[in-house]
Amino acid sequence: MSSKVLSIEKVVGSLESGMTLGIGGWGSRRKPMALVRAICLSPITDLTVVTYGGPDVGLLCAAGKVRRLVTAFVTMDSIPLEPHFRQARQSGTIELTEYDEGMFMFGLYAAAHRLPFLPTPVGLGSDVLRNNPELKTIRSPYEDRRELVAVPALTMDAALVHMNRADARGNAQYLGPDPYMDDLFAKAADRTYVSCERLVDTEDFAKEGPVQSLLISRAHVTGVVETPNGAHFTDCAPDFGRDEKFQKLYAQSAADPEKWAEFSDRFLSGDEAAYQDAVRVWREENR
Amino acid sequence: MNAATHTVTRAEVCAAACADLFRGDGEIVAAAVAGFVPMLGSRLARSTFAPDLLTTDGGPALSGEPVPLGASAATVEGWLPFRDHLWLVLNGRRHVVMGPSQIDAHGNTNISCIGEWERPTRQLLGVRGGPGNTLLNPTSYWVPKHSTRVFTEKVDMVSGVGWDRGAHEIRRVVSNLAVLDFDTPDRRMRLRSVHPGVSVADVAAATGFELIVPDEVPETRLPDAGELRIMREELDPKGLREREVPS
Repeated sequence: MSSKVLSIEKVVGSLESGMTLGIGGWGSRRKPMALVRAICLSPITDLTVVTYGGPDVGLLCAAGKVRRLVTAFVTMDSIPLEPHFRQARQSGTIELTEYDEGMFMFGLYAAAHRLPFLPTPVGLGSDVLRNNPELKTIRSPYEDRRELVAVPALTMDAALVHMNRADARGNAQYLGPDPYMDDLFAKAADRTYVSCERLVDTEDFAKEGPVQSLLISRAHVTGVVETPNGAHFTDCAPDFGRDEKFQKLYAQSAADPEKWAEFSDRFLSGDEAAYQDAVRVWREENR
Repeated sequence: MNAATHTVTRAEVCAAACADLFRGDGEIVAAAVAGFVPMLGSRLARSTFAPDLLTTDGGPALSGEPVPLGASAATVEGWLPFRDHLWLVLNGRRHVVMGPSQIDAHGNTNISCIGEWERPTRQLLGVRGGPGNTLLNPTSYWVPKHSTRVFTEKVDMVSGVGWDRGAHEIRRVVSNLAVLDFDTPDRRMRLRSVHPGVSVADVAAATGFELIVPDEVPETRLPDAGELRIMREELDPKGLREREVPS
């Protein structure tokens, strides 16, 4: 069995400008932040980002990487609004495809199952249809003749997800309370890269969690990268919770250009190891 | 008025009004995501007159018993990750309480953005599950600060559909001032009751559209001694409700 283990730089080096990129997790929970941070430092640009958005979207917007965002929300959960996303929308620097959460999930299911669309009533009557004129409705061919929205497949060139454990073959395990939609992203995308808190031997999955926690199969995975604390500052239970103090610092910095320059300089100007070092030093200072 | 009811806070009146939202719902999931007060209300309902109600601990756990605000479930009776919440929206066995940034007289709501959608003056959360919730599930709303900024003639983006746009059921709106419903022939918002200490004029002044006001507007009921004890001693001993609605 050949190893799919890559470095962060190799993963990001395989991505291209203009791509449609899916990102797993949900809000400020289990986001592949190490990979997102590396994209921000790369020359990649003009991305269409498909995600249940959190600070991943904020960082990518701040770095000018996003052409279009496909989402149902952008939030940091304990801090409801994402400052960089707000600025990007309010200054008109990104385009937006805004779906209901359930429509979005059906788009993922459609792509994962290679269907052109899946029908749902969700969206009818709302301005989601007005603001996305490309969305079509269909009639049920059965007696009910019900009108339904045909949610198009959310196909992606590549997807990034962050899991608690993975093996070198590309199998990946979540140990927290919610799988989010990460398996659907993996099945929907042409290529999926898994970052994980810890690489384990295949036989050790069983020590970590029950068989149902093996969420993503190597059949859907192109590359794996070990990024300890790589979801920071988002939640990655049970390995670690959200770093609320740091998230607050991020949000306050993001809302003020001067503070953002300081924050970027301190935390985001080097590679992942430099980021983790800077966070450790900051923690020492803010005990 | 006995000693206990004499000291009832506005937050406690609001929580009891939120509990009443679930009266008659039976064995469905209470998705009271709008804040501490409706979350407390749903758990209070389950602790008292609606024992069949399913409630969460704020995460994906369906708790075996109603849990105190901020605590995680000691006993878990079920698992409801986000994907199953989204299936449940379609299935229908769910009553959601959301917090609108704007709401109009027909119960259309906006949590997405203020201003033109193409380039908003204030970007908010995005539509989240609003379109599906309102189209398919009984929906109520919680407004911790009743004002003309929230109760608007027109919402800038319809993220949750109202009665005139095919809503399943917009049941009630509970605010820090009043309880409102849509029990009118054309399903326009009506003042159902005012909280103790609030006048009809106060509510009208804080509402940006013409509210249907019946000849007699009752006062919102006070929580009884049992409900007060459960809220204060069991479900919210830290008093998080008072932070959301200062008295």
